[in-house]
Amino acid sequence: MAKYNILMHEMVPEHWLVSVKEEEKVLKTLGVTKGQLPKIRKSDPVIKALEKVEGEIIPGRMIEIVRKSRTRGIAKLYRTVIGE
Amino acid sequence: MKVEISKGIEELKFALLSPDEIRRMSAVKVITPDTYDDDGYPIEKGLMDPSMGVIEPGLKCKTCGGKVDQCPGHFGHIELAMPVVHIGFIKEIYSILSSTCSNCGRIKLADDKLKGYFQKIKDTADRLSDIEYDDIVSEVESEASDVVICPHCHFENQKVALDKPTTFREEGKKLTPKEIRERFEKIPNEDLPLIGLDPKVARPEWMVLTVFPVPPVNVRPTITLETGERSEDDLTHKLVDVIRINQRLRENRDQGSPQLIIEDLWDLLQYHITTYFDNQTPGTPPARHRSGRSLKTLVQRLKGKEGRFRSNLSGKRVNFSARTVISPEPFLSINQVGVPEKAARELTVTETVTEHNFEKLKELIKNGPGKEEDVYKPGVNYVYRTDGSRIKISDKNAAEVAEKMEMGWQVERQMENGDIVLFNRQPSLHRMSMMAHEVRVLPYRTFRFNLAVCAPYNADFDGDEMNLHVLQSQEARAEAEILMKVQENFLSPRFGGPIMGAIHDHITALFMLTYKNPLIPLDAGLHIMSYIDVDKTPETVEVDGKKYFRGRDIFSMILPEGVNLEFKGKLGDKSLDPNGTEGTIKIENGKLINGAIDENAIGQSKGVLLDYVLRKYGNAEGAKFLDNLTRLAAGVISFTGFSTGIDDEDVPGEAKAQLREVGNEAVQKVEKLIENYKNGLIGMEPGKTLEDTLESMVMKALSQAREKSSEIASHYLGMDNSTVIMARSGARANMMNLAQMAGIIGQQSIRGQRQHRGYTNRTLPHFQKGDIGAYARGFVSSSYKEGLNPTEYFFHATGGREGLVDIAVRTSRSGYMQRRLINALEDLKVSDEGKVLDTEDSIIQLEYGEDGTDPSRSFEGESVDVDYLIKEMFGKKYGGKQ
Repeated sequence: MAKYNILMHEMVPEHWLVSVKEEEKVLKTLGVTKGQLPKIRKSDPVIKALEKVEGEIIPGRMIEIVRKSRTRGIAKLYRTVIGE
Repeated sequence: MKVEISKGIEELKFALLSPDEIRRMSAVKVITPDTYDDDGYPIEKGLMDPSMGVIEPGLKCKTCGGKVDQCPGHFGHIELAMPVVHIGFIKEIYSILSSTCSNCGRIKLADDKLKGYFQKIKDTADRLSDIEYDDIVSEVESEASDVVICPHCHFENQKVALDKPTTFREEGKKLTPKEIRERFEKIPNEDLPLIGLDPKVARPEWMVLTVFPVPPVNVRPTITLETGERSEDDLTHKLVDVIRINQRLRENRDQGSPQLIIEDLWDLLQYHITTYFDNQTPGTPPARHRSGRSLKTLVQRLKGKEGRFRSNLSGKRVNFSARTVISPEPFLSINQVGVPEKAARELTVTETVTEHNFEKLKELIKNGPGKEEDVYKPGVNYVYRTDGSRIKISDKNAAEVAEKMEMGWQVERQMENGDIVLFNRQPSLHRMSMMAHEVRVLPYRTFRFNLAVCAPYNADFDGDEMNLHVLQSQEARAEAEILMKVQENFLSPRFGGPIMGAIHDHITALFMLTYKNPLIPLDAGLHIMSYIDVDKTPETVEVDGKKYFRGRDIFSMILPEGVNLEFKGKLGDKSLDPNGTEGTIKIENGKLINGAIDENAIGQSKGVLLDYVLRKYGNAEGAKFLDNLTRLAAGVISFTGFSTGIDDEDVPGEAKAQLREVGNEAVQKVEKLIENYKNGLIGMEPGKTLEDTLESMVMKALSQAREKSSEIASHYLGMDNSTVIMARSGARANMMNLAQMAGIIGQQSIRGQRQHRGYTNRTLPHFQKGDIGAYARGFVSSSYKEGLNPTEYFFHATGGREGLVDIAVRTSRSGYMQRRLINALEDLKVSDEGKVLDTEDSIIQLEYGEDGTDPSRSFEGESVDVDYLIKEMFGKKYGGKQ
């Protein structure tokens, strides 16, 4: 079976790698530190799929998740990549 | 932001009690299994020895000299004739037995391996978590227990098996606790860290008891009944058993009795000590009281919902609270609660005397505690002087104490009208289960409140009881009034609409008042309006020389000024009114112009008018509207009267014939369908088998019959019928219930299917085998009024039971689900910036609910009701829906 790109599945929200330059800006607007953000594992299938596009994603990078929200229409959430 | 905690627990360490330590902390060596002598004095060296603490007031402790409230109690001890294993350490004993050598006592691993593990612990010592340490210990255990030849002394070890609950066997031979102890003594201190023990505080042989601690009497107090009879605590009973068997064992051992007898007694001692710790040990019959009740021993005191933790530490009984039966009172505001005088005299608010309340409190003290037969007048039960001493106020000393009252005294004054209290009904499933009310002290013995408040508490008056808590500080009162008052909880955070509203008779009454705008005779109208505050009566109309009010004009009296609203009522387009206008409710400038007020206007969780008043005029005005509404409704319905009976469902003979026809037709139709099925004339529907297709066709035919009967019933039962009024207005019941009473009850189903289980190929022996016709599968063509025939009755009962089982299963399951959900979410908080954070300040949501909207301040979940704004700003012709 051909490998399916899970990022294309309709149930998987959009995942974007936040550039190192932009990270600080995002954190500043949110008023939080990186450690406070929810985590996502490097071994997460979504990160693996993203790595095919962006190259290796080292722990500590930030991921932007854009998803549909029943209450807000479109909601953005950020996660920090952790090891394993 | 980190919150500073003044005292924090840094570390907890568990250790074992050594036999020496048990002896050292013991105040007395207990040797007799008796408690008190015939004169009621505790026996020396018995289980109630006064050295172990005092429980009777007036006596002094023999050990510390303290009185009841000063002496903490002291342990005693029992010297066991033979050692016995501790049931709480069975697992540990088993693992130590299997991982150490029975000859030399070392862990059965080569020295270099042991060194490696020690190094691992040492390397990570500074950052080693308990979990990692536990991992190492269990790794050592699993590796060592497989070794047969000891690498240290080359002894060939045998496999140890645990024969639950407390027996260990080596190759089938029993290992006595004494042998276990001897083996454990051989284990060197140096090896202990790899077993998980700290040699400074624990030795493995201490897991086998040789000395048994006897808890202080404070832990197991004697209860003296009113008859003067004494009753000992379960723990004392158990200790009696232990001492008795221990004594017999010692005697038999010293006499040199046969080994068999000694072993039996030893096992018995083991049993008693095991059940002393845990009376629900698997594989052990629980020790019982003479009456057959199983004893509550140490583990049972701590464990489970009724145990020390969940019952006494996580939750406690509180003061300043009351509980009694509830009953309705439509003349109270929704913000009030009626408190019985009897409770009001007991419940108090503690006030400090200041210059602001000096005179008031002085008067209150003068009133004394009051007598039950007198008219209620708030008084004072106790006062506390500045030095903390308490004075009980009686009729005698009231005047005297009032004169002596000084600034800074604390006065426990009785409840008065206007006090703020919390009112609660269990199960407290949502935040509206506990709301703040204003007190009204009333005669009789029940708590009373407005019927609109039944909904948030999910209360009815078939014997429900509720709890009331009196707030004790100004801060608490202010907070409760702003956040918890009934009127502040109108809009439910569940769906963003009003959860409270008119129910049952309120809806019936106001429906009758407004349906077709009836003429109300002058005197009747005035009587009805006397229930509400009236500035000016509406204008009268004259018919045939008599003066009348119009019903809608009377209703308009309770509407706030400037209400402009048009919406569809329950009657809607299906109105029984020939012109079909009653279903459109139109209010212009605070006057009801058209339409009948029904559930859609004022009902709980769907009342459009109520919702509108709340949003436009605020909670206080909303509360006033609802208060007036309940009073007006009470006025209307108590004046006109309203009742219903089974003869409401009488239909004329021709209707009965029609209904019978409908029933027969349906049954025949089903027979036809079955015949076609047997002849293979039915085609399969997509995704269904032939049988399923037939079933669905039959179900459809039968439900059509019920609908048709409903139509016939509604046709013959008009708006002059009480039941129809209730159903149409949405007060209670619906047209289907009515049709079931008058016409056809219809198909009884189980899990959405026609009934088919029972005997071989038939549901009941009353039918032919293989009969799948309407009646054989649970169709009921009778009405409730006519009555059901026996088979119909049976099917009806089976269908009814499904509902009951469903409810029972659902409540227990959803209750447990909710408990887990609450435990998972209980300490999340919304920060000042609107973020949802946990206790570590980690982000759960960047903005509460992703849109930052409080659902209880929302419009049905939306942040803004755009339609409403447009209508308010640009006039109604631009308004969207409604």
